[in-house]
Amino acid sequence: MSMLSFEKKYRVRGGTLLGGDLFDFWVGPFYVGFFGVLTVFFTVVGTAMILYGTSLTNTWNVWQINIAPPDLKYGLGLAPLKEGGIWQVVTVCALGAFGSWALREVEIARKLGMGLHVPFAFAVAIFGYFTLVVIRPVLLGAWGHGFPYGIISHLDWVSNVGYQYLHFHYNPAHMIAVSLFFATTFALALHGALVLSATNPMKGEPVKTAEHENSFFRDTLGYSIGTLGIHRLGLFLAISAVFFSAVCIVISGPFWTRGWPEWWNWWLRLPIWS
Amino acid sequence: MIEYQNLFTRVQLRTNSHGPAHTGLPLPRGDFDRTGKPSYLYWLGKFGEAQIGPIYLGVLGSASIVFGVLWFWIVGFSMLASVNWNIIEMFRQLPWLALEPPPPEYGLRMPPLSKGGWWVIASFFLLLSVMLWWARTYVRARALGMGTHVAWAFASAIWLFLVLGLFRPVLMGSWSEAVPYGIFPHLDWTSALSIRYGNLFYNPFHMLSIVFLYGSVLLFAMHGGTILAVSRYGGDREIEQIVDRGTASERAALFWRWTMGFNASMESVHRWAWWFAVLCTLTGGIGILLTGTVVDNWYLWAVKHGVAPAYPEVSPVIVDPALTQQGASK
Repeated sequence: MSMLSFEKKYRVRGGTLLGGDLFDFWVGPFYVGFFGVLTVFFTVVGTAMILYGTSLTNTWNVWQINIAPPDLKYGLGLAPLKEGGIWQVVTVCALGAFGSWALREVEIARKLGMGLHVPFAFAVAIFGYFTLVVIRPVLLGAWGHGFPYGIISHLDWVSNVGYQYLHFHYNPAHMIAVSLFFATTFALALHGALVLSATNPMKGEPVKTAEHENSFFRDTLGYSIGTLGIHRLGLFLAISAVFFSAVCIVISGPFWTRGWPEWWNWWLRLPIWS
Repeated sequence: MIEYQNLFTRVQLRTNSHGPAHTGLPLPRGDFDRTGKPSYLYWLGKFGEAQIGPIYLGVLGSASIVFGVLWFWIVGFSMLASVNWNIIEMFRQLPWLALEPPPPEYGLRMPPLSKGGWWVIASFFLLLSVMLWWARTYVRARALGMGTHVAWAFASAIWLFLVLGLFRPVLMGSWSEAVPYGIFPHLDWTSALSIRYGNLFYNPFHMLSIVFLYGSVLLFAMHGGTILAVSRYGGDREIEQIVDRGTASERAALFWRWTMGFNASMESVHRWAWWFAVLCTLTGGIGILLTGTVVDNWYLWAVKHGVAPAYPEVSPVIVDPALTQQGASK
């Protein structure tokens, strides 16, 4: 039913980190495991809190739903539920759900005899989120520095925090992060296109080989990174993009409080110019 | 367990240790020879292929490089001229320097060289260079009998490039709308555009473009990670896995099926990849093209369409100087 034609022989016991065989089963296409149960728990509680928080406001407009962090006056303490406490519960649930999901990926990878590259990459994404809602607020001394959960509201937060530093594009870590985001997307376009162009060749031509892929890239750019290398490059670029995003926001406030354009004055004052 | 992780390549194959280095597959009659002798870099080989070169230059590639260099020189010498031909000051102020497009009073006419004329000429050369390089990606793929997916993905990026430097300035009636060539100046242009048109974050096509940008990064992390994780089973030999599914494809598919209830195939993941990357610049171009031509304030647009809430006026209302009589007469 929900199994692929070749799936049955892969559905074996083992590979779990916690719970032994207790949760070692599937529901439909989904693997469960101890961390699957944990993920569901955190997701249900977190989503319920978002729905509860929204029911206290006067909008169900999906763009405008907003779960705001507490006022700065609550510092790093617990806020009353209706004054940011919901945001705090949702944040705990989100981190719990993301972490459980990553560990569930580890269990699935172990079960399939695979490397742990995917859960590692996901852990870096979780680290980015953790930086935004925990590390930076803690460094600044208030949960109120976390970002609000809502489509438009989180965009407003990005805008407002960005302009607090006058012009966020001048943040050197932001520059690196954006360049890495563009580079990753560029590399993804090239990789996707190259594989498709080899397997969907000119009319009447047989399917091409990795040798053709190498020749095409050497012909056009003088270098082909190869079939294994491109996946290493893609993973590395993607992880770096997220890492530098975390860096660019955590240095804004805790380590630099003025406008980012004037940060660059050190360059103009280097002794080598005189 | 470390055997499963495949972090760096441990065995490097070099064709020149078994005879002459491999220069690439045969090219069709009428093509030039490839340029350069292949060389090898050991440390590069840890990460990807160790071989560098040869390259195929040809007419399109050579012409593209010539026009690209001309653009680069015009931009560089314009910057040098802007600091009074002082080389040290040029490097000192480099991130702040720019070759700016003409001021608004020239509209779409050709301004004097020092007032944006060089910008027009440089832009023309850049356009030629990019278009020739596009043709090169198309012709090189055809020369090897391959599909032209790279060229069409590149075309999507060129669409955004043309919107920024040609289509939108023409629709707005002025070259001054285009992007300056410079490191900080192009960032200033981006911010200024966003603020002038009511914050680009409220532009739905900007939203889509960002979704596809982040989505592409997410996809490459997922895909790159998956292939590396099954490289032990030959997962990096994607073409073979596409035409003759092996255990690497099966494990890769099941990993995602068990994780999120859905999986791509070894071929379809590359279609997801191609579309996500292509749609990033495609939707981005639409968003920029509509900015100032069709929509004057994205925030007010979003409020009107129930996307953004109407925020209370917390600061005194500032009249847009362009709407006052004095501003209009300028």
